[in-house]
Amino acid sequence: MSIDNQVFLQNVIIGLTVGGYLALIALGYTMVYGIIELINFAHGDLFAFGFFISLTIFAKINPDIPLHGANLYLLLPGVAILTMLLTGSLNLAIDQIAYRPLRKAPRLAPLLTAVGVSFMLEAIYAIWKGPSQVPYPRYFPKEDYINNEKVISFFSKLGLDITTWRIVSFTTKDLFLFSVTIPLVIALTLFIDRTRVGKAMRACAQDREAAMMMGINVNRIIATTFFTGGALAGVAGMVWGLYINSGRFTMGFEAGLMAFTSAVLGGIGNIRGAVLGAFIIGMIKAMSDSYIGSEWTRVVIFGILILMLVFRPSGILGSTQSIEKL
Amino acid sequence: MIETMSETKTALLELNNIHSYYGNIHALKGISMQIFEGEIVTLIGSNGAGKSTTIRTISGVMHPREGTILLEGQPIQHFPAHSLVSKGISQSPEGRRIFPRLSVRDNLAMGAYKRNDRKAIRQDIDRVYGLFPRLKERAKQYGGTLSGGEQQMLAIGRALMARPRLLLLDEPSMGLAPVLVEQIFEIIVRINKEEGTTILLVEQNALMALEVARRGYVLQTGNVVLHDNADTLMHNEMVRRVYLGEE
Repeated sequence: MSIDNQVFLQNVIIGLTVGGYLALIALGYTMVYGIIELINFAHGDLFAFGFFISLTIFAKINPDIPLHGANLYLLLPGVAILTMLLTGSLNLAIDQIAYRPLRKAPRLAPLLTAVGVSFMLEAIYAIWKGPSQVPYPRYFPKEDYINNEKVISFFSKLGLDITTWRIVSFTTKDLFLFSVTIPLVIALTLFIDRTRVGKAMRACAQDREAAMMMGINVNRIIATTFFTGGALAGVAGMVWGLYINSGRFTMGFEAGLMAFTSAVLGGIGNIRGAVLGAFIIGMIKAMSDSYIGSEWTRVVIFGILILMLVFRPSGILGSTQSIEKL
Repeated sequence: MIETMSETKTALLELNNIHSYYGNIHALKGISMQIFEGEIVTLIGSNGAGKSTTIRTISGVMHPREGTILLEGQPIQHFPAHSLVSKGISQSPEGRRIFPRLSVRDNLAMGAYKRNDRKAIRQDIDRVYGLFPRLKERAKQYGGTLSGGEQQMLAIGRALMARPRLLLLDEPSMGLAPVLVEQIFEIIVRINKEEGTTILLVEQNALMALEVARRGYVLQTGNVVLHDNADTLMHNEMVRRVYLGEE
């Protein structure tokens, strides 16, 4: 395989990894927007919370680095679940304290409140973990699958010589990221599509008053939505920490904006749209970083956001809300 | 004389001096009414008389500023809307309010949201399909793709899924072709006769409503101006002039 093709293949892998964690964040944006038409600008900061709180939990337990044996198979999922519960609860609390009293206020009021909550959370993180880059220890064992004797011999039996694929790498970390993000995205989609509570969420999003008339406790459904969205963002922050091994108190801001762009691109309020948008944005980010230059990536992504908002605000798959308003 | 089931029996639903507001607009100005178990009661009146407001106030979507609503003697006027469904009040609201992007079947399932008896829910879905065979044909379609008449059937079916003791029907004939109106009214009577469901029927089509109802209340600008047996109302001169369009 030529060098160019290898670079391209590597970019595809990076794009998929970025898309995976963006999807988890974008889902929270789109779910909350779908149900109460709030663009929750504090949502990205929950991703940062997942990063910091899981870091704190690991530090308290202080396991050997990298994790191995029972630590890898039991401790890691345990920390992930705890991180999800804590981040979900934080989001739930934010909604109850900051947004719920504004449920009947004009839409600008909760929107500005969300921006305020975002600033507040970031200030808290800066005090808690300091204003500079925070290292996330390399808890997850890293091993390359492509530059690996067994894999090389396996492919050579198939008649493929991958010893020349020096640029491409696909590591245990990539696999880990996929094996967390993709099943969660699928699980959430099934939850919304198939379960009684998921259907009630959609009913609330489509007609809140009619949902009430069905006996659906709308406040409880909204709380469930915030909790679920927060939990997904939290676990995204944790796997991202394990993957990239570094972060900062503002990390949620940019991740949040990219996830928001993904949600808008796919059609805000649309669950499948958010996932599709996240993978497209992930891919664009990887390609732009590599071929245009990473200093231009924000320009490219936010340029897409502006173009979408101007020319097709309902997104690729169609925003559920704007269809309803017709 | 009004043949109520005698004043000694408690009404299933009783409104006493209900005042409801939209902001500063005084929409209901002291409404009192009684509905007894097993009855069809109709609420007639022109646009803006307060018919839908009455329904919304009963179902807890809005709360009265004054007055009491008693369900079998228990005050419910402060209950949130969602909690009244398990108390046995469900409704087919004005404008149908079908969930446009849930399938017909899921719309029906939402009607039974408060119930946990899965098997009985499935039987009830079949029962609704029995009443409205068109819904069965369209079970997998999105609610939003149905015609107006089909949406009305779905709204009534969805309300039935709660197994209500009191069914509130707000303008079930609105915007439907005359043939369909006949059909819908036949089914309303069937539901009342076969299941014994008590029905409060709000209608602009006063003639049809009075034909199926036992008693009726006439609303004018937020007040009950007349209430009597349906037969008597149908022969009342004012009702004939104003609501049945006779000169």
